[in-house]
Amino acid sequence: MSMAAGARPEEIAVRTYVAEEAHPHAEGDSTSLGFWIYLMSDCLIFAMLFAAYGVLGGNYAAGPAPKDLFHLPLVAVNTTALLLSSITYGFAMVAMQEGRIGRTQLWLAVTGLFGLAFIGIELSEFADMIREGATPQRSAFLSAFFTLVGTHGLHVTAGIVWLVTLMTQVRLHGLTAANRRRLACLSMFWHFLDVVWIGVFTFVYLLGVLR
Amino acid sequence: MSATPHPDPHAADAASHGGDGAGHATLRGYLTGFVLAAILTAIPFALVMTGAIPDRQATAIIVMGFAVVQIFVHMIYFLHMDARTEHGWSLMALIFTIVMVVIALAGSLWVMYHLNANMMPGMPDMSQLP
Amino acid sequence: MIESQQAVSPVFGRLTLEALPLHEPIVVYTFVVVALIGVAALGAVTWFRLWGYLWREWFTSVDHKKIGIMYMVLGIVMLLRGFADAIMMRLQQAMAFNGSEGYLPPEHYDQVFSAHGVIMIFFVAMPLVTGLMNYIMPLQIGARDVSFPFLNNFSFWMTAGGAVLTMLSLFIGAFARTGWLAYPPLSGIAYSPDVGVDYYIWGLQIAGVGTTLSGINLVTTIIKMRAPGMAMMRLPIFTWTALCTNVLIVATFPVLTATLALLTLDRYLGMNFFTSDFGGSPMLYVNLIWIWGHPEVYILILPVFGIYSEVASTFSGKRLFGYTSMVYATVVITILSYLVWLHHFFTMGSGASVNSFFGITTMIISIPTGAKIFNWLFTMYRGRIRFELPMMWTVAFMLTFVIGGMTGVMLAVPPADFVLHNSLFLVAHFHNVIIGGVVFGLFAGMNFWFPKAFGFRLDPFWGKFSFWFWVIGFYFAFMPLYALGLMGVTRRLRVFDDPSLQPWFVVAAFGAFLILLGILSFLVQVAVSIKNREKLRDTTGDPWNARSLEWATSSPPPDYNFAFTPVVHDVDAWWDMKQHGYTRPLAGFRPIHMPKNTGTGVFIAALSVILGFALVWYIWWLAALSFVAILAVAIGHTFDYRRSYDIPAAEIARAEEARTRLIVAGAAP
Repeated sequence: MSMAAGARPEEIAVRTYVAEEAHPHAEGDSTSLGFWIYLMSDCLIFAMLFAAYGVLGGNYAAGPAPKDLFHLPLVAVNTTALLLSSITYGFAMVAMQEGRIGRTQLWLAVTGLFGLAFIGIELSEFADMIREGATPQRSAFLSAFFTLVGTHGLHVTAGIVWLVTLMTQVRLHGLTAANRRRLACLSMFWHFLDVVWIGVFTFVYLLGVLR
Repeated sequence: MSATPHPDPHAADAASHGGDGAGHATLRGYLTGFVLAAILTAIPFALVMTGAIPDRQATAIIVMGFAVVQIFVHMIYFLHMDARTEHGWSLMALIFTIVMVVIALAGSLWVMYHLNANMMPGMPDMSQLP
Repeated sequence: MIESQQAVSPVFGRLTLEALPLHEPIVVYTFVVVALIGVAALGAVTWFRLWGYLWREWFTSVDHKKIGIMYMVLGIVMLLRGFADAIMMRLQQAMAFNGSEGYLPPEHYDQVFSAHGVIMIFFVAMPLVTGLMNYIMPLQIGARDVSFPFLNNFSFWMTAGGAVLTMLSLFIGAFARTGWLAYPPLSGIAYSPDVGVDYYIWGLQIAGVGTTLSGINLVTTIIKMRAPGMAMMRLPIFTWTALCTNVLIVATFPVLTATLALLTLDRYLGMNFFTSDFGGSPMLYVNLIWIWGHPEVYILILPVFGIYSEVASTFSGKRLFGYTSMVYATVVITILSYLVWLHHFFTMGSGASVNSFFGITTMIISIPTGAKIFNWLFTMYRGRIRFELPMMWTVAFMLTFVIGGMTGVMLAVPPADFVLHNSLFLVAHFHNVIIGGVVFGLFAGMNFWFPKAFGFRLDPFWGKFSFWFWVIGFYFAFMPLYALGLMGVTRRLRVFDDPSLQPWFVVAAFGAFLILLGILSFLVQVAVSIKNREKLRDTTGDPWNARSLEWATSSPPPDYNFAFTPVVHDVDAWWDMKQHGYTRPLAGFRPIHMPKNTGTGVFIAALSVILGFALVWYIWWLAALSFVAILAVAIGHTFDYRRSYDIPAAEIARAEEARTRLIVAGAAP
């Protein structure tokens, strides 16, 4: 190789490399974009479950149909719980930006409780259906229903576990840059689940009852 | 290396503006979003539960329309999507994902509907059975 | 729970001593050989006291370069397994005529062709492609590591974990006998009640987690970590193709995950997604899995197109012809690859409108691919071509791949597909594009970048042996299959009635034998190169007089890749630097912030293998225990905030001085 040695003017150096930086890419700089891309991939999992529900959702196999199973008032309560948990998470984020630890923790706890309420109602709905004989094995429609709604429920459960973990970490270390980043990621996750739920209550419950 | 988390000024900087998914959260934004979302949820539920519009197909289309609008509301007010976040990469990723989701969903429904129509022509429509 | 025919013990699930395939002599011999090699390898590592070194410097490493090399090692080891399956099939099919049953019993033969497909795609092609992207892409964009270094380590170990679980099926129980995509109802619990399909499912799910996370990681890296001045239209072409591939990974591997999850629910909980009863639809599985499956082939081929582009321009001594069109062609292929999946099942019966739509989109996708071929040809046109090994592979690719592409367009015509579907013509076609495209490209890439990774070139003499055996062997092995397919021979047959077909299969088996010599020559090539490493030493860091940034640093690069982050002014950034009289900075170093190694990835992946094993065998307590352990380790890891350290400036100065001495020594006659 020919160019490696020999003195050259200073401007060549300036042109070809950055001399004055220690951290060209700050730690955590990529986190929120990376997490967003993860959510996009999760979105495709849900898309496939919706596709399966869309294809199989009418195959009752002479078993119960949505009209026989869904109780819209209960779904409305559940939707309200999730929606409220979204706004309370928003309050937590606002408190976090103001640097108020106590208030952040309080709103996070409220969010978690709404999440628990959502999961509790969903489980009781499932239990009722199974008691009535509408098990996931009964028909392709019910397999698709339980899987789609259950996967959303599992995501919410994971969100609650994560929430508790983060509350512990905020208690241990305060609202450090790393913890703020993590809270922002969970915020995206939580609101993303809300968006998925819009699809669920519209396409599964409302349109199911209409059918 | 100290015991506390790395006191990196750049990292704190990155977390507080620009590169952040929830960077521009304001109380006002959240409340606006919440009110809109509540309205957009309540109306379709009411339409279906009361049966205000006798035509089911019309109701279905309206309900789906509300869902689309509500998804946008959530994206803007709760997920803070705009063309500036991450220099537009977040929005780009979202649009790409939506395209993929639409292709996969619509494609699957189309393919499987045609398959059923072609391969089981004598079968009654399952959804009309009791 | 489904009532299984076998009793399920609360302690061992359905795992009994019967699961050891002692009645299969071939498997027993294989086990003995593998065990001997394993014991020898482990013994050697222990004897030379390498465990600590391997653990500290490799297994727990978050350095993208080391992870990349580990991916390559995994891919090459699994290539040996996958190829063993291939040559067994070729032998069986060459023998099983005139009343002979061959030497493989049906239940074993079916496992062999299923395992061959699964291993070659998931545990050979994917790790090799991911390994090259992991190693080269951050160097090409002037970064010091990927965006999420720990995640990178974790992704690798999950991929390796999937491979381990799949390999385990060889010795404990059995693998799937369903073909590489495990179509239901055959893969449902009613027709495959044993553990084979469960091994398949959990092996792929574990590896799939790794692949998806690695995809997210590399996309984020390309978007966020580029050196100053590297606008998107200045990305090296390999990085562009890596970006598109990883976007496809992120967009499609979740589809595979979801589809396999639904099959799992059918098998484990008795649901009815893909059964033929209670409203299930087996064809829905076929539809869903190909939504993943078709983009998957582009996931493999796109980065390899990037390799050919880099090689063609480097060894022609010219800028890549039509860089912009190359980028657009790649992006168009990325999107179109999502619109063609139905051409894998034209015969399913969706009707003329659906089939013609997907037939047309399939033909359209050949246009950007064809444009790329012309770009490479024009890059070579009037260039000063050096026929080094990477360039030889590239030329072989262009000749071979065009044949594969044309037979692909033939298959894209639905009426023709009705004749050729599931025939050996199809088998010949996809081996034509995967060997002639992906494998040739991987060899081009390995020969091209090996000196960068290890500091010495690969021996060209044995490399040429490997090249000619592979290329000639490929034609001998697969051209007969085209002919057989046109005569109507279907795939996956174990015995044949028509003796006139035998000569074709004998020729194909001979081709497979030549490929075996090609693989052995490659192994010899590596061994000889290690032996002669001083003679093959690359002292400059730029042995091929190449063009992109990975050649700006030493071979092998230091942990921190670049002492100073380069500034980019041109697509061919390093070429541009050389043209402008770049001098390597020798002073003024500053400490560099780097991520710390961690064993968490190894632990979680190991626990995932245990979880997968427990689920395969219905050992519920172990499954629950390992799942809780995974959660505990993962959450515990998030409580560790001290994940980085600084490399002191003095250490960097020492490393750079060592490089200076090496360059001087190399320049001396």
